[in-house]
Amino acid sequence: MSFSWARAGAILQKELRDYRRNRYVIYTMAFLPLIFLAIPIVELFAVHVPAASAKFDARIGLSLLYMLIEPAIIPSVLSAYSVVGEREQGTLEPVLATPIRREEFLVGKALAAFLPALLVAYVIFGVFLGAIALFAHPAIASAVFERDHLLIQFLFTPLVAGWSVWAGIAISTRVSDVRAAQQLATAASLPPLGIVALMQFNVITPSLGLALGFAAALLVIDGLAWRVVATMFNRERLVTGGRS
Amino acid sequence: MEQVEAPLAQAPGRASSGPSGGPSAQSAVAVEHLTKRFGDRVAFEDMSFRVGYGEVFGFLGPNGAGKTTTVRTLGTLLAPTSGAATVAGIELRPENGPAIRSRISVMPESPGLYLRLTAAENLECFARLYRLSDPHERVDRALQVVNLTERASDLCRSLSKGLRQRVALARALLSDPAVLFLDEPTSGLDPVASREVHDLIAALRDRGVTIFLTTHRLEEAERLCDRVAILNTTIRLVGRPDELRAQLFKTSIEVRLRADLADPATVFTGALGVERWETQASGSYLLTVSDPDAAAPEVARALVHAGADILAITQSRHSLEDVYLQLVDEDVEAKKR
Repeated sequence: MSFSWARAGAILQKELRDYRRNRYVIYTMAFLPLIFLAIPIVELFAVHVPAASAKFDARIGLSLLYMLIEPAIIPSVLSAYSVVGEREQGTLEPVLATPIRREEFLVGKALAAFLPALLVAYVIFGVFLGAIALFAHPAIASAVFERDHLLIQFLFTPLVAGWSVWAGIAISTRVSDVRAAQQLATAASLPPLGIVALMQFNVITPSLGLALGFAAALLVIDGLAWRVVATMFNRERLVTGGRS
Repeated sequence: MEQVEAPLAQAPGRASSGPSGGPSAQSAVAVEHLTKRFGDRVAFEDMSFRVGYGEVFGFLGPNGAGKTTTVRTLGTLLAPTSGAATVAGIELRPENGPAIRSRISVMPESPGLYLRLTAAENLECFARLYRLSDPHERVDRALQVVNLTERASDLCRSLSKGLRQRVALARALLSDPAVLFLDEPTSGLDPVASREVHDLIAALRDRGVTIFLTTHRLEEAERLCDRVAILNTTIRLVGRPDELRAQLFKTSIEVRLRADLADPATVFTGALGVERWETQASGSYLLTVSDPDAAAPEVARALVHAGADILAITQSRHSLEDVYLQLVDEDVEAKKR
């Protein structure tokens, strides 16, 4: 039997239905991005133009970094719940007793954390760009709409989210408590933001080549992470609670 | 693209296919010397038994006897430490896991339903995991079997424990499994809900579904199972409940008289087929016999001849519980030694 997208899709659909009826997931997905939208807008509207170049760049960088926190944090929280949450609910065993393969299960879970987070991140970034274009000082808008900034944002949003998803699922397969999984996953989601932050703050001079290089590296890490998580997914240990 | 297409009802003796070559491709489940250990701890060991297609096979044992671990092992969730088995005609090996799981269903002790999904959505998800063709129709039919069509759109969190168990049973029936593993299906249910689940299992048995039922409720096993295995980390006995009774206990008849016999030894030792006798209470005697049908008239004649007033002569019947307790007591005694 080969990989079945239908089975992965069944898990994805189940997760999305579950999110829709879980008000805590809805609140997290709605309010957290709004906070990370409001802070940079207020930040940029408060910038005095013209300002000292380094300080101005730093504020632009910080504002754009806020836009990447959401795709890092939300998927990590969702994916951290994915395996240990099912185990705590007692729903993992019936699913694992079906013909589903661990890869299908993991892909379904990963997509369920990745897709909504990506959608929300791009929508929020679109609203942010719209607000800057319409209401910010032209110098600020010009800085925000720089090609390199936009490229970093569009490129790194899915890659950061992908990292968070796999880190969250990996932790979720190993720990036995949902709260511990979510705390660890949130911490594990932050390292890629460090690299992006260095570029946004011009500590590392951003360039198209550099951004693509980092993106490719993160893509490779995301790909490898998927393999690592698949090997960490031990059906027997998950069913018995770690006796094997 | 593989898709499973099969009716919800299953006929006994259904032929099996798929990779095989283990202990038996003819039995629904065939187990030979199967052992599972977690480190130094033995979950079960040297287990051998067979379950025929269309049979309801009871797996009885006290808590910690290895019932659930056996189900998980045969359901390919756990790898055996040693031994061999075939499940639904497929050899129990790690690489055959998905193939075996596509032909069986496991209903764990806890229903494990997604509480924020409706009953129908829960079933739909599993229909897609089994890659069933026409999942909506399958879901409707499974809900019909457990009489839950009216509650299909209810969120599972709003259902009672008994109804959740019925949804879990419908979920287990979706794929029309060659073997249905039910792990303590009435655990934690009140008597009414338990009876509903018993009725559903009895209906499945009548339709020829092969059922592997673990339980520590002996009346449940006695009522529903064709054969039972009694285990306490290892199989102690396997057979029909009446066979097990005969194997462990001599048949006996109970005699109740208006008054004590003056000389019971003369009356009973003279009667044909009476091997042993003992006084239970005033006017009440328990006779061990080889053939109760032949011995009862003989005993009646002997009592009449002795001038006794007979109130009742009944065959004393040992329950499966007696068998079970006898074996558990033996295990306790063996451990003491």
